[in-house]
Amino acid sequence: MTSKIEKEDLSRRNFVFGSIAAAGLTVAPGVMLYQTANARDLSKPVSSKVRWGMLIDTTKDVDWNKCVEACVKEHGLGNEEHSRADQRTQYIRVVDVKNKTTGYSMSLPVMCQHCEKPPCVDVCPTGASMKREDGIVLVDRHRCIGCRYCMMACPYKARSFVHETLTDQKTTTPRGKGCVESCNMCVNRVDNGQLPACVEVSEGAIVFGDLNDPESDISRLLAKHGGKQIRADLKLNPGVQYQGI
Amino acid sequence: MKKLHFLEVEGNTKGFYTFLGIFGLISLIGVLAAYYMEHHGHYVTGMSNQVVWGTPHVFAIFLIVAASGALNVASISSVFAKTAYKPLARLSGMLAMALLAGGLVVLLLDLGRPDRLIVAMTKFNFVSIFTWNIFLYTGFMGIVAIYLWTMMDRPYNNLTKKAGMLAFIWRLILTTGTGSIFGFLISREAYDTALLAPMFIIMSFSFGLAFFMLVLMASYKYTDRPLGDYVINRLKNLLGVFVAAVLYFVIVYHITNLYSADHRGISAFVLSSGGIYTFLFWVVQIGLGTILPLLLLYGPTGKNRTMIGLASVLIIIGAFAQLYIIIIGGQAYPMVMFPGMEVSSSFYDGVVASYAPSLPEVLLGLGGVGVTLLLVTIAVAALKFLPASLADEVVDPHAK
Repeated sequence: MTSKIEKEDLSRRNFVFGSIAAAGLTVAPGVMLYQTANARDLSKPVSSKVRWGMLIDTTKDVDWNKCVEACVKEHGLGNEEHSRADQRTQYIRVVDVKNKTTGYSMSLPVMCQHCEKPPCVDVCPTGASMKREDGIVLVDRHRCIGCRYCMMACPYKARSFVHETLTDQKTTTPRGKGCVESCNMCVNRVDNGQLPACVEVSEGAIVFGDLNDPESDISRLLAKHGGKQIRADLKLNPGVQYQGI
Repeated sequence: MKKLHFLEVEGNTKGFYTFLGIFGLISLIGVLAAYYMEHHGHYVTGMSNQVVWGTPHVFAIFLIVAASGALNVASISSVFAKTAYKPLARLSGMLAMALLAGGLVVLLLDLGRPDRLIVAMTKFNFVSIFTWNIFLYTGFMGIVAIYLWTMMDRPYNNLTKKAGMLAFIWRLILTTGTGSIFGFLISREAYDTALLAPMFIIMSFSFGLAFFMLVLMASYKYTDRPLGDYVINRLKNLLGVFVAAVLYFVIVYHITNLYSADHRGISAFVLSSGGIYTFLFWVVQIGLGTILPLLLLYGPTGKNRTMIGLASVLIIIGAFAQLYIIIIGGQAYPMVMFPGMEVSSSFYDGVVASYAPSLPEVLLGLGGVGVTLLLVTIAVAALKFLPASLADEVVDPHAK
């Protein structure tokens, strides 16, 4: 059964990727060559040898709102016409934290933390909420029934529900009324060998990379300075870690 | 003790069609409300990304919890061999199925994509408590249907005890599953406790019996069938015990929370600083839904049929308040991501989320109650669920 599905998937992927490649080679060979240099081979399944993660340095003087803007642009968010402010989708938000006793305050961007043991995946009745082998947690929009149990379960409030019919969505981020969505670590960009949109504009404050590769920048930084997880007590082992919190 | 005789309710009467019309209309309005919500999207409701489950869930959980509780009367008869409850067992089983159906309709129609029901029925994640519940609900329907069959088809009467035992065990697991939908959510302070599973079971005893008594009293009143004090007094005494047991669990829940620093916030919120939720707790859940019914049931009014009915209505109102606090209050209370810190963001971190029920949500919820009552009305006319008489000389083994 599995192998049959895989075969079908493979042939479909081959076809899609082949068509894209053919079109790309005809129209813009330069772009195509650049992108395939770091891109994942889409004809092969995602490998668990890689675990994508982010390390966010909150001590750096960065305007985190730039990350929010980049995310909104990348995924075509903010196109709700009827939804109230508390109903609009946010993949990433800036959280201001203040210590009541000492007065110390800081800001940090919070998005899906791409947990190793994601509660949203556990509770999803249909398996729409899923974790890829490479650690990216995302929602299969064709399988989500909109029960919102994952939103109840997520300790980071990382998910949003689409409250109205949307138009003009990005082809790379399909979004639809009645489904739940969240940061997908810009899976479309990562598969293409590019950085997630928020990382790209973060002026180096967010480092993206493979947590399983001890030679990667993120692993070296974590080895040297350590990283902190939000709600580490829950032992979900998020792929997004912080410095300075 | 006279012989027990079951009889269908006469269907071709003005009264029957009136009830059919009223409940049908309520159901239809509920479906239309759901269509309105689905057509526009959930932006027309009070729900948001902070309060993701709203009033429809309060109704759905009430109906589902009451469903398993309504089966208790039958269980007492078959499993615990109390013959006094035997005449009520058929209605108990049928009402349980009708309540579950009503609750599931609401739950389904509140989905973001109810059109994808087929996905929910074919793609399963067996780690999900929702998935367990899909099997628990469908299993409950099947088992109770078989149970009713063994009761109503004489050659199979000898199987009633076994079927009743299975249904009883199944309903305990089912309500454990319903409670666990919340109990296993580690992320929110209101839910992160295994206490919710047994608490939901005892809530089901109380809510289900209150609903059962109202249906029983109403159906005997409107069909002019005799309903003696013997049955009613036994049921109302039992109901009082269940109400007190729910109160016990509520006290334990809050004391446990208050004792541990990391859960103190939510109980302090519900008990003192929660605004509408505090009002609902003390005035509606505890005052109107617990203390007053106990006084009505055990005080000097304890033999008054109207007061027993009033107590049942109050218990149901208290039940809605309790579920509203658990479901909506539990989400409105801010999630703690940075313990001990003051937190704010554009996504309403650190603040109590606002929620006001919208009309379509309420109508959808009421529609579920309508579906339940519509099914009951049809069932009592189609099959022999109700004894022709529940007068004392028929049901009281000590009657002269």
